[in-house]
Amino acid sequence: MSKVVFQRPHALTDTPFSYCPGCTHGIVHRLVAETLDELGIEGTTVGVAPVGCSVLAYEFFACDMVQAAHGRALAVATGLKRAMPENVVFAYQGDGDLASIGTAETVHAATRGEKITVIFINNAIYGMTGGQLAPTSLPQQVTQTSPYGRDVNEAGFPIRMVEMLSTLDGVALAQRVTVDSPKNVRAAKKAIKKAFEYQVEGVGYTIIEVVSTCPTNWGLSPADALQWLRDNMLPYYPLGVYRDVKAEGYANVAEAASARAERLASGGDA
Amino acid sequence: MKGNEALAEAAIRAGCRFFFGYPITPQTELAAYMAKRMPKENGVYLQAESEIAAINMVYGASAAGKRAMTSSSSPGISLKAEGISYMAGADLPGVIINVQRGGPGLGGIQPSQSDYFQATRATGHGDFHLIVLAPSTVQEMTDHAYIAFDLADEYRVPVMVLADGMLGQMMEPVVLPEPKTDAAEKPWAVTGHKGERPHNIANSLYLAPERLEETNVERYERYERIKAAEQRAEEYLVEDAEIVLVAFGASSRIARSAIDKAREKGIKAGLIRPITLWPFPVDAIEAAVPGAKAFLTVEMNMGQMVDDVRLAVNGRRPVEFFGRTGGIIPTPAETLAAIERVAASLEGGAR
Repeated sequence: MSKVVFQRPHALTDTPFSYCPGCTHGIVHRLVAETLDELGIEGTTVGVAPVGCSVLAYEFFACDMVQAAHGRALAVATGLKRAMPENVVFAYQGDGDLASIGTAETVHAATRGEKITVIFINNAIYGMTGGQLAPTSLPQQVTQTSPYGRDVNEAGFPIRMVEMLSTLDGVALAQRVTVDSPKNVRAAKKAIKKAFEYQVEGVGYTIIEVVSTCPTNWGLSPADALQWLRDNMLPYYPLGVYRDVKAEGYANVAEAASARAERLASGGDA
Repeated sequence: MKGNEALAEAAIRAGCRFFFGYPITPQTELAAYMAKRMPKENGVYLQAESEIAAINMVYGASAAGKRAMTSSSSPGISLKAEGISYMAGADLPGVIINVQRGGPGLGGIQPSQSDYFQATRATGHGDFHLIVLAPSTVQEMTDHAYIAFDLADEYRVPVMVLADGMLGQMMEPVVLPEPKTDAAEKPWAVTGHKGERPHNIANSLYLAPERLEETNVERYERYERIKAAEQRAEEYLVEDAEIVLVAFGASSRIARSAIDKAREKGIKAGLIRPITLWPFPVDAIEAAVPGAKAFLTVEMNMGQMVDDVRLAVNGRRPVEFFGRTGGIIPTPAETLAAIERVAASLEGGAR
C-alpha cells in the first residue's frame, strides 16, 4: 500500500514554473495554492498576475486569472472585486510593480479598504529585466543600474511598504514574513492563510510582504542568497505584524478606524 | 437633459452598473450623475485615484463579465491609453467616453475634436482599433451610449463614444431608451471556475511571436466584419451635391447650417456625417464620389479627418479642409465662406 504524503496542491496547474533555480517564488506560489485548497476557495478565486518575474503566474495558478499592466494589479483587482464581491481576489506582485510604478494603486486600494489580498514579493531588485535598482534595493546594494552601490543621496531610500501601509485605516492585516527556513515558511503560510481568511470575512485590505531572494540577479548561489537575505534584508525589513485589526479586537477596518479617530480626537496616539 | 447626463442615464439603461472615473472638465456632469444614480441601481460608482487606475478598474470589472465604463476628457484619455490597449489585447469589451477639449497638453477646456487621430489611429500601443461613435446631438449621446455596450460585447472590443464639450454641456430634449439588463453570455469571463471548467485567463501577453501574430490576425478578421457591418453615416442633401462636406459631431451641426445658406446662394452643397469614425464610412464617401466635384471636411481641429476622406476618395476629387481649433467653434458664416472658396476654385478650374 502506498500512501500519498506530499503532492502538488490542486490550485497549482502542472505547468513547470519558469522561475530560476533557488528563487523563492516557487515556495510562495505553493503557499498560496495550499491556502486556496485548504479554504476550499479555488473555484471562487480570481488572481491577478503582474508584470515582472511572476507575469506568467496565470499559467501556474489553477484558479481564474487576469494579467494586469505593470503596476495596475490593484486597480484591476478592485474592478474584479467590486464586480464580484462574493468572490475572492488576490494580487501577486513584485517590488517594482507594487512599490514603484504601482505605488498609487497600492496606496489607494489599501486606503479604500478593498477586500482583496496582496502577496508582495520583495527581493530588492527587478528580476525579469535583468537586475535593476528597485524601490526596495538596500543602501549600497550593487545592481545593474546602481553599479557603484545604491547611493541614497542620489537614488533615495528604500521603501518599507508594510510599515507605510499599516498607517492607513483601510488595512486589516499588514505583515512581513520570509521563507528562508522551514520555520519561517510555516509562519509565512499561516500569515497568507490569515490574509485570505480576513478577506473572506470582509475584514478589509490584507497584504503579506514576503522578503525573498533573487539568486540570479544577486549573483549568489541559492544558499548564499538566503544568507544574504538574513544578513542584509531582514535587518532593514524586520519580520512582524504591522497591523492586524482583529488582533486589536476589532471586527473590521471600519471599527478600527472609528476607534483610531476617537483616540486622536481625545489627544491619544494613532 | 444635458448631453453628459443623458449619456450617463442611457448607459445605466443599457445595463452598465460599474462606473470608474476621475474628475476632469468638461465631462464633470457625467460622473456626478453616475455618483447619484449608481447606488440607487445597486451599481458601483468609484472615483479612482487616477485615470490610469480608472481604466484598469474597467478592465477588471469587464474581465469579470460585467458592463463597465469610464469617462474622461482628452488629457485623461491619454492616461487611459495604456489600459485601453490592454483591454483590446485581452479582447475585453468596455465603454470609454471622451468628452473632448482642446489640446495638446493641458490645452483648454473648450470643445474640440482634436482627439480624432487618437481615437481612430493610436489610442495606445500595438495593433488594434476601437469602435468609435461620434454623436452630434444629445439624443445621439443617449443612443450611442446605449448601443456602445452591445457593440462592445458582440465583438469583444472596447468602444469609444467621442463627444465634445459642446455636446456634453448642451441641453436638448431626449427620448430615453427602455432599460435592459446586462444579459450577454460571456463564457470567457473570469468569475471563478467553481470546479466546472478549466480556468479562464484574461491576458494580452504572448511571448511566442507566432501566437501574438495569430491573435492579432484573428482580431483584424473581426475588424473586417466590423467594417462590413457597422459603418454608419448620415447624409444631408448629398444626392445632387457638387461640394460634399464631411463633418462629424458638433461641427456637423455648423456644416449643416452653412449648407442651407450655400443652397440659398445656388451652391449645391451636401453633407456626409460620419457616425462611426472607426470604422470610417468609406462606403458613403464612395457613393458620393461620382456626383461630387470636391469634398470639404469641416472639423474642430487642424484637419485630422482629411486623411480618411482622401483615402476613401483616393485621388479622384480634391479634398479641402476648413476648421477652427483650440476650443473655438467655427461659425456657419465662416464655414459658408469656405464652401464659397471651394466653389470658386471649381469654377476657376472649369475655365
